[in-house]
Amino acid sequence: MTIFGVPTQALFGQLLIGLINGAFYALLSLGLSVIFGLLNIINFTHGAQYMMGAFVAYFLLQWAGLGYWWALLLAPIVVGITGIVLERTMLKRLYQLDHLYGLLLTFGFALIIQGLFRHEYGSSGLPYAMPRELAGGRNLGFMFLPNYRAWVIVFSLVVCLTTWYVIERTRLGSYLRAATENPALVQAFGINVPRMITLTYGFGVGLAALAGVLAAPIYQVNPLMGADLIIVVFAVVVIGGLGSIMGSIVTGFALGVVEGFTKVFYPEASNTVIFVIMALVLLVRPAGLFGRTT
Amino acid sequence: MTATANEYVGSAVPAMTGVSIHQLVAFVVMTAALVAAPFFVYPVFLMKALCFALFACAFNLLIGYVGLLSFGHAVFLGAAGYGAAHSAKIWGFPPELAISFGTAVAAALGVVIGALAIRSKGIYFANITLAFAQMVYFFSLQASFTGGEDGIQSVPRGTLLGVLDLRETLTLYFVVLAIFLVGFLLIYRAIHSPFGQVLKAIRENEPRAISLGYRAEQYKLLAFVLSATFAGLAGATKALVFQLASLTDVHWTMSGEVVLMTLLGGLGTVFGPVVGAFIVVTLENYLAQLGAWVTVVQGAIFVVCVLTFRRGVIGELGNLLRKAL
Repeated sequence: MTIFGVPTQALFGQLLIGLINGAFYALLSLGLSVIFGLLNIINFTHGAQYMMGAFVAYFLLQWAGLGYWWALLLAPIVVGITGIVLERTMLKRLYQLDHLYGLLLTFGFALIIQGLFRHEYGSSGLPYAMPRELAGGRNLGFMFLPNYRAWVIVFSLVVCLTTWYVIERTRLGSYLRAATENPALVQAFGINVPRMITLTYGFGVGLAALAGVLAAPIYQVNPLMGADLIIVVFAVVVIGGLGSIMGSIVTGFALGVVEGFTKVFYPEASNTVIFVIMALVLLVRPAGLFGRTT
Repeated sequence: MTATANEYVGSAVPAMTGVSIHQLVAFVVMTAALVAAPFFVYPVFLMKALCFALFACAFNLLIGYVGLLSFGHAVFLGAAGYGAAHSAKIWGFPPELAISFGTAVAAALGVVIGALAIRSKGIYFANITLAFAQMVYFFSLQASFTGGEDGIQSVPRGTLLGVLDLRETLTLYFVVLAIFLVGFLLIYRAIHSPFGQVLKAIRENEPRAISLGYRAEQYKLLAFVLSATFAGLAGATKALVFQLASLTDVHWTMSGEVVLMTLLGGLGTVFGPVVGAFIVVTLENYLAQLGAWVTVVQGAIFVVCVLTFRRGVIGELGNLLRKAL
């Protein structure tokens, strides 16, 4: 069977890869969006923190014998704590300055972290085994679906939607949104805004690390795994509109799928399609699809 | 509201027009040092530093005087390099035409990217320029005329204007020095002109500049294109010096490097980018055999500069002497 002259097998295969990539785009751009909303900085270290998540999973297995499920829980916490330390000791000092300094600082940190890991582990990549429970796959008739990939898509969707729910529908989330609008006023109501900022940064970083753990069995654990990915995610964030939670989730998945289909129909453009879409969106809506004009 | 020093990126320098004596002295010292340098230091190293110095000056025009941080400036360096290398090697252009062609390519790209990016500010602007740069990078990776991973190699240097044989290293050095000085002076002129004053006004308070009747977007676009053009001039020259145009010059790490040079030398200072470029190129030269440590050191310089040294070397020096350098 073929659709537009492309075998369905290939089409659904690319759709699946697109959804997987989309899951990572969504998780990463969600983290960036949450951080941007409150801290007003673009966290350039995000790609490095995603990579750290994968490495922590690898270390847990090598040194402590803790497998995938423990890594899924512990890696975001460990990497999140390093993020909190970074925020407390350095980022905090830059809030009263031009926001670009925050970008430059986090860019510097990305270089340091990636450089250190590359020095220690080279750039060839380390294998990380898939959890036994999710090995294998099932035949859906029109395509073969590996269990682990299905798990990544479903799990990241759950994480994204839970985050959206907490921020948009709970009391804690309302504090967060209020602090995004007017931190001084929220602080006057007795809410500890600096602590909220710190925890938000830690949470956003934790999301990046979580994405890293999810990615470890699919791609290899590699010091530069986040370096180029994060630039695509920046484009995703620009398309979705910075600071919009639902916007980054929807755009993340949608662009992953678009990228997947481009691989089928016009493979030469698969690397650039997201950037082309970004240019088009900027022409029509400079603030992004879901963003508000600032 | 009056802006305190360092509140905005690059606002350390007070607005001024006309040539001041200390800047003239600094320029004469710099030129004399650069004329004497090839007799003491390896000329190819100096030429590399000069190309990067011009690149950083071009970048500084945007960050230092318009307050726009472009995180994709490598595009103009790299695309001009490809333009110059391709036209010199395949079409047999003489060096003056090859450099002009490369620079024109960068200028054209500057118009396109600038028109799309200029409508946003701050972090959005940085993000968008970075994304466009990555797009050009992937394009260069796949297009056939760029040679992909190999780049365009053994580009002929040729004879400038049919007179100067650029295969002579010292001749080439003085040609590169002349290109650098012309670029430097033109950028200086642009900054210290009424046009430059308007740019600074837009940086400090855009709505007010608009209410005074200035079309801010056109000024910003023109500044962007100028910056892209001079970055292109640097890239085209670099391609002829090294006889190579490669993916390294289009990659985002190169965009990061020019930010580093300018930040270290001093954002919004006249001589800062030059000093910053020389320091970074020297540093890379010494650290080259250490591999990944180069990245770590670069990152550390970023962190130290942002946290404690925001004025940069020349900014601090100028502050010490109470002069704008």
